[in-house]
Amino acid sequence: MAGGAASGGSASTDTYKEARNWLLLPAWVYLGVFVLIPVIMMLVYSFLTKEFRGGVVWEFSTAAYDQFFFDRGLFGDEPAKIEWTYITIFWRSIWQAAAATLLALAIGFPTAYFIATRPERARPMWVFLITIPYWVNLLIRTVSMKFMLRDTGPLNDVLIGIGLINDPISIINTNFAVQLGLFYSYLPFMVLPIYASVERYNFSLSEAAADLYASKWVTLRRILLPAVKPGVIAGCILVFVPSMGSFLAPDLLGGAKNFMIGSLIEEQFKGNAGNWPFGAAASMVLLSMVLIILMIFARQQAKAEKEVS
Amino acid sequence: MLSLIKLYGEVAMSESREIAIDVRAAVKRYGDFTALKTISLSIYDNEFFTLLGPSGCGKTTLLRMIAGFEDVTEGAIFLYGDPIADLPPNKRPVNTVFQNYALFPQMTILDNVAFGLEMRGQSKSQARKAAGEMLELVQLSQFAARKPSQLSGGQQQRVALARALAPKPKVLLLDEPLSALDLKLRKAMQLELKHLQRETGITFIFVTHDQEEALTMSDRIAVMSAGELQQLGEARDIYERPRNMFVADFIGETNLLEVSVDAINAGRATCHLGGGHELSCNSVEGVNVGAKVHMSVRPERLFMSEGPTDSEGLKGTVRENIFVGTDISTLIDLDDGPKFIVRTSNSDRGNKRIFEPGNEVYVNMEMEAARLLVD
Amino acid sequence: MRRSKYDIKSLPGFFGITILCLFILYAPLVVVTVYSLNDSNSITNWEGVSLRWYVDVFSGHESQKFKIAAWNSFTIAIIAATVATTIATLAATAMVRGGKFKLRTVSFGLISLPLMVPEIVLAVATLIFFNSVGFTRGYATILIAHIAFCIPFAYLPISARMQGIDDSYEQAAQDLYATKRQAFTRILLPMMIPGIISGYLLAFIVSLDDFIITNFVKGAGVETLPTAIFGSVKQGIKPNIMAISTMLLGVSVILVTISYFVSKTDNKK
Repeated sequence: MAGGAASGGSASTDTYKEARNWLLLPAWVYLGVFVLIPVIMMLVYSFLTKEFRGGVVWEFSTAAYDQFFFDRGLFGDEPAKIEWTYITIFWRSIWQAAAATLLALAIGFPTAYFIATRPERARPMWVFLITIPYWVNLLIRTVSMKFMLRDTGPLNDVLIGIGLINDPISIINTNFAVQLGLFYSYLPFMVLPIYASVERYNFSLSEAAADLYASKWVTLRRILLPAVKPGVIAGCILVFVPSMGSFLAPDLLGGAKNFMIGSLIEEQFKGNAGNWPFGAAASMVLLSMVLIILMIFARQQAKAEKEVS
Repeated sequence: MLSLIKLYGEVAMSESREIAIDVRAAVKRYGDFTALKTISLSIYDNEFFTLLGPSGCGKTTLLRMIAGFEDVTEGAIFLYGDPIADLPPNKRPVNTVFQNYALFPQMTILDNVAFGLEMRGQSKSQARKAAGEMLELVQLSQFAARKPSQLSGGQQQRVALARALAPKPKVLLLDEPLSALDLKLRKAMQLELKHLQRETGITFIFVTHDQEEALTMSDRIAVMSAGELQQLGEARDIYERPRNMFVADFIGETNLLEVSVDAINAGRATCHLGGGHELSCNSVEGVNVGAKVHMSVRPERLFMSEGPTDSEGLKGTVRENIFVGTDISTLIDLDDGPKFIVRTSNSDRGNKRIFEPGNEVYVNMEMEAARLLVD
Repeated sequence: MRRSKYDIKSLPGFFGITILCLFILYAPLVVVTVYSLNDSNSITNWEGVSLRWYVDVFSGHESQKFKIAAWNSFTIAIIAATVATTIATLAATAMVRGGKFKLRTVSFGLISLPLMVPEIVLAVATLIFFNSVGFTRGYATILIAHIAFCIPFAYLPISARMQGIDDSYEQAAQDLYATKRQAFTRILLPMMIPGIISGYLLAFIVSLDDFIITNFVKGAGVETLPTAIFGSVKQGIKPNIMAISTMLLGVSVILVTISYFVSKTDNKK
């Protein structure tokens, strides 16, 4: 490769390499001060003592984490038992997020596949259609979902109207409603990475396979699926992670019985009844989980991409 | 070392001319990879100079080093005596015509051409006036208000040319500017460029991989391969007296024979082929007695006969005739060795015998046609 | 295209599922829009088409609250998007045209950090930060937080666009005696405008729509449109909420459409 012809090729170059530190400075400063430091502060706060009316007293204590995992009785002097309440909430969050992800995969994969196999000029339009809802306020989308699923809402009206059921079914305030809400919120995130993966897939490969008498389904399973694995993995992460930490869906659609991590954390910072260090601790636990998941999946994805090439 | 002196020797013959670009022992490395392995050459003032070679040979790298887009790892470059290797491109009075033209899409043609002048400090109106004159020179004045995307490929090319010439650079660099044009347009532009160079008197350094293009346009050609300079000289010189296998093969077509040198007397070498057949031709520097070298003969310097004419004829069987309009190329399998191509022009048809596939034929060389190669 | 039985491009049922997907995505929005035109005080009974709720938004008893909230939302969005786009453009220039340097991967990680971290974690962290430095919560804190998470949204389209621009233009500019700064401002920046606009619009929408972070850092006195809507919904879904939601929905759709067409025009160059 002789220095790259002046006609181009790579457009990632080093034209401004002298100025780059200055160019990056604003981003570094702003994000360092208003994102990195806050996260570090959050870590610090999780090790402090709670102040009665919210806020903290600057005294080191592991009470927050302790409270999260262990039950020491009402007065704190009994031998430690595992505190299941919060762990349950955590577990439920994972469950709900997983269910929403599966739902998104079931609907999202065929959709992405379909769009990617449309004629090239039509694809951007399809993609556009899929992404518009995402740019509508999440709150509004969740509210509209709430509106639809109410006992007296349109969905029930329709189901009764077409004779499927006689009495309105109570979907709101159930697990399923929350899953539905999460699925609805992040569905485009499942579709887009899979779409990108399938689009990159070289369909002439499967035509070559067809030449060798492989049937449709065999081709699909052994050649296409491995190739789109990275996209599927990315889509799953992009739905699972935000779902886990979600607040609006469980709050508006799940009611009191469906507390998830997001609601738990939010509660700690509201008004005077909150426990800031506890909230910070719960956030740290959530953050750690998310980072671990991200790392695992990132490794999976890197492996899957190597297989493709 | 010897070859370096020989190179300089060819150049030194015309010392009276001013040197526009002097490249001294330039080396270019990217990490472990060496793109240019010590290149030295001089380019004269008011010369149409071409860097010729296959892709990857380093010709574009050298051009970019002269323009200032690549650092010089080792060595020096002089522009009319001033060292420029450390100067950024915007401080070198050298302009480039890029392969993809790189016309600024959001500006009109006029503003594109005026850009260099504006950057040099002229006011917008001054620059536009001078740009207008430049557009007249390339006959594109009527498009002055258009954007580049509204012009054809050939027109864009002329705009790129005008833009690069407007600031009156000392040297103009052209990086395969004609490669995107179709054949007829390309041939027209080749002549136009040549005339432009004569008219403006600016030194043109032209990069191409097309040897016919190089032969058509250039005063001198530097043939490069794998980061090294293979041969430097005038077009005719390079064609008729190639120094090594690469040059002989890359420029035009040639036939190659492996020969052993038996004796060298008064500048003539006597050699023999594998089957014992004897040949003689001019000797070249660097070839010694007993050496096994290649001999190159151009197809158009050969002629065929039914029977042996004199001792230089080679016997063979005709395989195929290829009609290429102006000539007929005859492919022959020699008894003694490789496949030969003989090119016969289509003039004087009545008097020439056409040899059909399967015919036996003798291949004869014209005087001084054969050339020994040093590699 | 041959529709042989070996053609895996058309798989059975996938078209139907796609339509179902689109239906699921759009149905709730359509329903809200339709019901916002309901001429009834209750949201359950349909009593004919009317724009009265839209009127109510602007002049009803809650209208003052919503007007202030809307003002806050839009002004914050404009300022946040502007600052974020500026920072993002500079950063993108360094990342895309700055060569390979050691901090490059880390920088990219930092820039995309707000995207990777769950929003609620970011909200908590930001709240804690303001609390620890004694910053009173209000308009300013909302703005500061918004700029932070708008940066990656502005960055992505800008960076993508810049990568798509061949560097031969800037080289040509320098060849014609432009300094690097001139090459940047006269040549690169104008070519980037579609990307910058895209980035700006994205940042704007994201700021306009944000709820969780805003809710955490806003303090008691300030409302933005989403937080005002949320507060109202908690008391029960009323028709004027539908109207506001539809309007906000309309704004988002318009902005996304503009962004889409902007990016399409430049691809035709």
